[in-house]
Amino acid sequence: MAQAVDTDHLFASGHTACAGCGQSLAARLVLRAAGPNIIATNSTGCLEVFSSNYPHSAWRVPWIHSLFENSAAVASGVEAALRISGRLDGIRVIGQGGDGGTADIGFGALSGMFERGHDILFVCYDNEAYMNTGVQRSGLTPFDASTTTSPAGRESWGNRTGKKNLPQIAVAHGVPYVATTSVGYPFDLDKKVKKALSIRGPKYLQVFVPCPLGWRHDTSLCTSIAKMVVETGLYPVLEYENGVLTSARRITKKRPVEEYLKPQGRYAHLFNREGGAEEVAKIQALADDNIARFGLMDKPAEAKKAEVVAKVFTASELAGFDGLEGRPAYVAYKGRVYDVTGSSLWEDGEHQLEHRAGRDLTREMENAPHDEDSLGSLPVVGEFKA
Amino acid sequence: MARRMMEGSQAVASAVALCRPQVISAYPITPQTHIVQELGQKVADGDLVAEFVNVESEHSAASVVLGASATGVRVYTASSSQGIMLMAEVLFNISGMRLPVVLTCVNRALSAPLSIWNDQQDSISVRDSGFLQLYAENNQEAADLVYQAYRIAEDHRIALPVMVCMDGYILSHAWEGVDIPDQSTVDAFLPPFEPIYKLDPDQPLTFGMFMEPDKYLENRYMIQNAMERAVGVIQEVAHDFERAFGRASAGVMEEYQTADASTVFVVMGSLASTIKEVVDELRERGEKVGLLRLVSYRPFPQDLVCGALARAKSIIVIEKALSLGGPAPLVSELRSAFYGRPAQPGVTGFVAGLGGRDITVDTVKAALERARTGAGVDGFLDLRTDLELEGE
Repeated sequence: MAQAVDTDHLFASGHTACAGCGQSLAARLVLRAAGPNIIATNSTGCLEVFSSNYPHSAWRVPWIHSLFENSAAVASGVEAALRISGRLDGIRVIGQGGDGGTADIGFGALSGMFERGHDILFVCYDNEAYMNTGVQRSGLTPFDASTTTSPAGRESWGNRTGKKNLPQIAVAHGVPYVATTSVGYPFDLDKKVKKALSIRGPKYLQVFVPCPLGWRHDTSLCTSIAKMVVETGLYPVLEYENGVLTSARRITKKRPVEEYLKPQGRYAHLFNREGGAEEVAKIQALADDNIARFGLMDKPAEAKKAEVVAKVFTASELAGFDGLEGRPAYVAYKGRVYDVTGSSLWEDGEHQLEHRAGRDLTREMENAPHDEDSLGSLPVVGEFKA
Repeated sequence: MARRMMEGSQAVASAVALCRPQVISAYPITPQTHIVQELGQKVADGDLVAEFVNVESEHSAASVVLGASATGVRVYTASSSQGIMLMAEVLFNISGMRLPVVLTCVNRALSAPLSIWNDQQDSISVRDSGFLQLYAENNQEAADLVYQAYRIAEDHRIALPVMVCMDGYILSHAWEGVDIPDQSTVDAFLPPFEPIYKLDPDQPLTFGMFMEPDKYLENRYMIQNAMERAVGVIQEVAHDFERAFGRASAGVMEEYQTADASTVFVVMGSLASTIKEVVDELRERGEKVGLLRLVSYRPFPQDLVCGALARAKSIIVIEKALSLGGPAPLVSELRSAFYGRPAQPGVTGFVAGLGGRDITVDTVKAALERARTGAGVDGFLDLRTDLELEGE
């Protein structure tokens, strides 16, 4: 059996990120989507520190870290150099920063990069506080979160303000592609990075990345927290193209914010003090507001409910059963089509960050750490003919 | 080669353009603006093929040229005063990454109080940034140091950024006859930039890593060594410059009538021209006065300086910067350089011309007189006596 773990990532293993770090996972996925022909810049912060302790580097792409607030400006310089030397067609530029480096101290540089129209994808890994320095509040720290500089106390419920709306600020700059996503949805992330890199001009992608250390949740919960925040409506997963909202990830089963807040120590004060319920209600109102504003629970405009039209599926028919936006999730294996819609291992048609529903997985299964017995309990819905 | 009347800023911009930088980034600040405006026009007219990146701050101007330099192209930026202060963080970073950025600092005072006029507190305040600092006396030199700055910075033995300093207004806005060479002369003197390392997907490298305590010190040590090597390289490049351009370059310093001088002034920048006038006048009266003009403040060529001053009895430093709460920067450095050497001339330091106050022939003569009567007693020159000053 071939090795199940991909050891050839452009973001190599061996770095020193904490267990369950959402940012390291997101960075790996960004590079996987972008491929090797890029130059990446990085602001000071966790990602930089855990990946570049001389002489060890996790970066298998050309990468530069300069300072905290200048990742977008350094990227602008890289882009200008590539442009003048005629190399911009073959090499894409990716700027990276955490939420503090992007939304606060690096905000001016980011705005300049947007406004000048540089051909750069800027990725903000949003873990909602200054984690590298020890969990201090940033402009992207959410309402009521307790950080070390916005701590909950006898007179305070934690951070008094909401998140700065950076995606909207990017849209206001006329940035042609602006998107948000969460590391809980790696295929969405993958798709957005690829799409962004296919567009010329500035692009902004904000990725929700849990920080188990700073948010004080179990390290095993990284991706489930990253899904839950979307399912509550607190972190809308959006796409703006040329200023128009072109996609919003729909919520099929709305979760109350409580389910998302409770596993996180940064919100513990909301559940062990009198008056906490009112604070939770305020957060619920923020989520409900997002759901209403972006139509996160509206029926899809053209409700393309995929129907089983035949017992025999072609590849293109199978592709319609991708598990997204409420559609069923089917996979093919050795000529049989299985329904994985109800499986907890296949949320939103994704399995283990690597596999997608709507496809023939026969070859991928050869590399899987389990055999076909694992399909035994799933309902068979038809035959597959490529 | 054509000698034309032009503004100092225009001379510098012409020299920069002849060096064919591919990325220029700048943010406007008085009195630097004329240089970057001129370069912007050259790009707009197609006379210079470069990306001119108009940024939102000096911090980003320095960061853009940092990124472009790391990507392997020749770069240029310019600033003054508060702009240098805002760049300061990036300047240290540029030298730490050994990027051969060339920057013109059009020297201006620092706020508060706000002053747009000349002194040298801005560049002196980033003395320790790891940029070489070369100070021009006149507009010809402000231009000539640009060609040499690229040669020095891009020399693989050095690989450090260079700041060419010119006095704001006194030089930047003054019109003088300046020789601007033709392109082929500059091309022969300055070959295309060959980076040691660059950001390139064909050979992915990691720039700007962090270092733990067991390595950081050695990294700084290597930069210090490169700075020390730079004294010789500056001299070497000045020699090559003279052969290529048919015009002398001072190298790390210029000596004017020092051979038999018992009293020698030590200054940096345009003040040297005023002092040369005084020296000439006093020499006519038989007074053995001379001038040592320091071009290279970083690296500080202390062996050459001390050697040149060894025969002098009295040294008078006049500088346009302060170290508030301590002795002024240049005089303290000079005294330190003489410590433990056999020759021990008396050293007197004066601060003058801050915030654009004119330093006249009379100012220089007053310095001479004060050093005669009170050798070693530092102070300010031309302090007004008609104002009530705090604590007086």
